[in-house]
Amino acid sequence: MKPGSTSAACAALLRRDLTLIWRRRGDALNPMLFAIIVVALFPFALGPEPATLQRIAAGTIFVALLLAMLLSLDTLFRSDLEDGSLEQLVLSPHPLALLLACKIAIHWLTTALPLIVIVPLLAQLLHLPDRVLPVLLVALALATPLLSLIGAVCVALTVGMRRSGMLLTLLVLPLIVPVLIFGAGACNAAQTGLAFAAPLLWLGAWLTLALVLAPLAAAAALKISLT
Amino acid sequence: MNPLILWFHKLGSPPYFYRFAGRWLPWLYTLALIAGVIGLYGGLVIAPADYQQGDSFRIIYVHVPCAWMSLFVYAFMAANGFIALVWRIKLSETLAMASAPIGAAFTFITLVSGSLWGKPMWGTWWTWDARLTSELVLLFLYFGVIGLYHAIEDTRQAARAAAFLALVGVVNLPIVHYSVVWWNTLHQGSTVSLMGQSKISASMLWPLLTLTFATHVYFFASLLARSRVALLELESGKEWVRALASATEPNHA
Repeated sequence: MKPGSTSAACAALLRRDLTLIWRRRGDALNPMLFAIIVVALFPFALGPEPATLQRIAAGTIFVALLLAMLLSLDTLFRSDLEDGSLEQLVLSPHPLALLLACKIAIHWLTTALPLIVIVPLLAQLLHLPDRVLPVLLVALALATPLLSLIGAVCVALTVGMRRSGMLLTLLVLPLIVPVLIFGAGACNAAQTGLAFAAPLLWLGAWLTLALVLAPLAAAAALKISLT
Repeated sequence: MNPLILWFHKLGSPPYFYRFAGRWLPWLYTLALIAGVIGLYGGLVIAPADYQQGDSFRIIYVHVPCAWMSLFVYAFMAANGFIALVWRIKLSETLAMASAPIGAAFTFITLVSGSLWGKPMWGTWWTWDARLTSELVLLFLYFGVIGLYHAIEDTRQAARAAAFLALVGVVNLPIVHYSVVWWNTLHQGSTVSLMGQSKISASMLWPLLTLTFATHVYFFASLLARSRVALLELESGKEWVRALASATEPNHA
């Protein structure tokens, strides 16, 4: 049998993953609920004064979103590993990096994008100043794909393990510390009226680099853990 | 074949490496001990007190060599991880994984001694300064590598996965090293430079360099000792290990 073209394979993979997620669309809401609850915990812990909340708003939202995404990373390859389709992806004649890039894109679209959509709501909960909100959204739009990409490499390394949750956190968090520093740094700079373009440009540069390298690294990592 | 290249190729064989490491271990430990004692005596007793920091500057003799080692060991681990992934050399896997806990220990000592130094000088145990933070991230990277290595059942696959993670984490090394240059931080810039004039008096510098030498030798001694044990475990079914075991156990001889 002659294998189909690579673009057809990618399209089929995208369609399949989207259908699978659509069939279980209730699960897709969980990261959003998680992020809302985490953000809601801060006023309980710190007290409801708007001035206090305003100061920590951008950083808190950033951390809540990264944690929500981190918890959902675990599912990236899980069901595919269980039903054996992950091995089929590795064995397929198409470049594995490209197929994984499709899966990572789906992960970003279905977990990070809904999270970014509810950010204005979270910003209101924590009294984030209106002029900071666009900066926060741009920073998150650059930071969340980075997390999906870096996270995919680590998930690929832990894919065969039964209880990988804690370990995955230990692997991913040190690697995304710079992303958090620059993303939240841009928001804090905007909040204090300073120039905020430089950290955003840095994030953009890293995202470009990660878009190219991370799928390749994830493919290499997956081949290590599936041997 | 060139004898040096031949020796290098032979070193990749576990039984040869085991014997080689066994021969070198006592010498390396002795050398590390002597250099360490000389360096510590020079640093803690002979070197003059700092005009500003008084005697507490002497923490430099623990802090700085360990900080250099934390980076050096990571680079060593990543280089061996790269060799293990590309050329599938079993010994490199072992060396990379054996160096991870040593590097983590050096990083931990760096953080603790820096913290002890920070209290009298900066008035605080910890500050979220770029160099401190990136060194802390380095410690977490070591923990990640060690954790991943122990989480996977198959030792060789675990070593390859952890080596890959170590390679990904290499991006942090330049951040640690240049953090004091790129950001304006509380942590001072480097006073000792490989090329050009160091900004430290020669009477204070020589113990520092001696201790740096001692920590390097200690690292290699400890690395050889750890890899010997790891190799025995990894090759436990092989003929040479069985021969070794029956030779050391008189009951079975």
